[in-house]
Amino acid sequence: MTTGDILPLGADGVLVRFADSLREPANRAALAFCAGVDQARFTGVVETASSLTSVFVRFRPDQVRRAALEDQLRGLLAARDWLQADLPGGRRIWHIPAVFEGDAAPDLDAVAGLLRVSVPEAIAELTADPLRVLALGFAPGQPYLGFLPDRWNIPRRTEVTPQVPQGAVVVAVRQVIPFANAAPTGWWQIGRTAFRCYDAQSDPALPLRAGDEVRFQSVPSEAWAKLARDARGGAEAETLP
Amino acid sequence: MTVEVLTVGPSVSLQDAGRPGGLGIGLSRGGAADRFGYLAGCALLGAPMGVAAVEMAGFGGTFRFTEDRWFALTGAGMRAALDGAPLGWNATYQARAGQVLAIGSVETGVYGYLSLAGGIAAPTELGGRGFHQIAGLGRALAAGDRLEPAAPDQPVPGALIFRGPDTRAAPLRILPGPQTAMFPADQIAAFEAAAFIRSARANRQGVRLDHDGAPFAAGLQLTRVSDFISEGDVQMTGDGTPYVLLADCQTMGGYPRIGTVVPADLPRIAQAMPGDVVRFQMITVEQAEQLWKSDAAVLADLKAQVAPRVRDPREIRDLLSYDLIDRPSSAVTGLDE
Repeated sequence: MTTGDILPLGADGVLVRFADSLREPANRAALAFCAGVDQARFTGVVETASSLTSVFVRFRPDQVRRAALEDQLRGLLAARDWLQADLPGGRRIWHIPAVFEGDAAPDLDAVAGLLRVSVPEAIAELTADPLRVLALGFAPGQPYLGFLPDRWNIPRRTEVTPQVPQGAVVVAVRQVIPFANAAPTGWWQIGRTAFRCYDAQSDPALPLRAGDEVRFQSVPSEAWAKLARDARGGAEAETLP
Repeated sequence: MTVEVLTVGPSVSLQDAGRPGGLGIGLSRGGAADRFGYLAGCALLGAPMGVAAVEMAGFGGTFRFTEDRWFALTGAGMRAALDGAPLGWNATYQARAGQVLAIGSVETGVYGYLSLAGGIAAPTELGGRGFHQIAGLGRALAAGDRLEPAAPDQPVPGALIFRGPDTRAAPLRILPGPQTAMFPADQIAAFEAAAFIRSARANRQGVRLDHDGAPFAAGLQLTRVSDFISEGDVQMTGDGTPYVLLADCQTMGGYPRIGTVVPADLPRIAQAMPGDVVRFQMITVEQAEQLWKSDAAVLADLKAQVAPRVRDPREIRDLLSYDLIDRPSSAVTGLDE
């Protein structure tokens, strides 16, 4: 039995939310519940997706009433304790090189200041452990990675940066995102990677899946040119046991 | 080859019905910013949904036809002429080989559509042909591009779509969403009472709205977990400014959203012009469910409104009686994560 909020999101969408703050069990629940909805094959459901702590279910209102679908989702929620669910099988760990200095890291000093650590300590903490792909979002294949240690629970900036470059490594709220494309952001840019979250020329075009792990490797800015020539930006993957 | 792009405005691209089903990989649907305007082109030309058309934001371009080809002009009304002869909007025409179609600045609305009989051939990427900037898919059209038809020409003599009543002044209907409860009741009341002004800052991701009153949800929670975004969401950025999110919106974000504009009213906010007054009216989830229509149903409704053209559309003075289909439209963003 799991409690999850069942909420409307758009005229043809239902959001099942396991938490409104970022918590690890809620992410596992979202991954597992999303797979559960897929397996249940409810009538009228045309799309499912998991986010950090929630599952989105899009339906056709001309095929199923919202109330009826919500009842089915409530039943599925009650069927087991989704917060205790295992992570999906077939996960991989990605080792992704990134530059954490110079032009690639305009906000690194500020972030180290917020963390009350030195810049080298901040980089060491960021690269110490693998992070989980909590969800893909914002742009194709772009991962939300977590969780950094508690002290990294720093807020987004109040001022939006008009544009960070493709590959910008940004942090906020105990998470890291390598940006798929140049975009505006309220997050803090502390590095840059040549890894491409989506590349139509590569197979697979979308390398990361929710549940995979990512570990950043700090490389000097002199390494950038070589990494940028590599199809995967120097990243390597291995299957997790 | 059928159509050469001689000159083109800065925000002109191919668009189609979008890339549905991509939320799980972080891809919003995209596609035509004014779905009804795009579908009106499909209806006029008897084309199936999903063919690619030229979407022109604010300003069109000049296009030389190297073969005879029927075409339709829909969406926002723009100045248009074929070899110098002015053309009306929401109607079909035939271009002869060698003729030049000149589409200038917009007169009412933002997004105009040039559709070719048979649709425009373009490579499919992640299930669609449209330019989706934040997704890094496709690109804007440029002078020198050539538009190849996807299928043979199909005569569609003298058709036009009779527009419904002008509803530009009607409030946009929004249904509550996952973060609506974060807003105190008095803020929601103030939101419904406010007369917003459509800002000049708008694009396919979303439309910024300005207003004179106090900011909404100022001092928001900057540590809130990011969650799914729906097209139509009304997002409050850090300084309490609302943005209505459009077709190319991000799929997730951390700013709270006060509600979601229903699909039936989204074309209106997409087509709202800078300076237009925008109001909102909260409706129930059940009401929103009843208003929902599939694209196929919308296209069928539009096809039923296609009528023979007995007069030159330019001679019809009362333009408002030719208002876009269901509703005319209107809608940039706290475009960031």
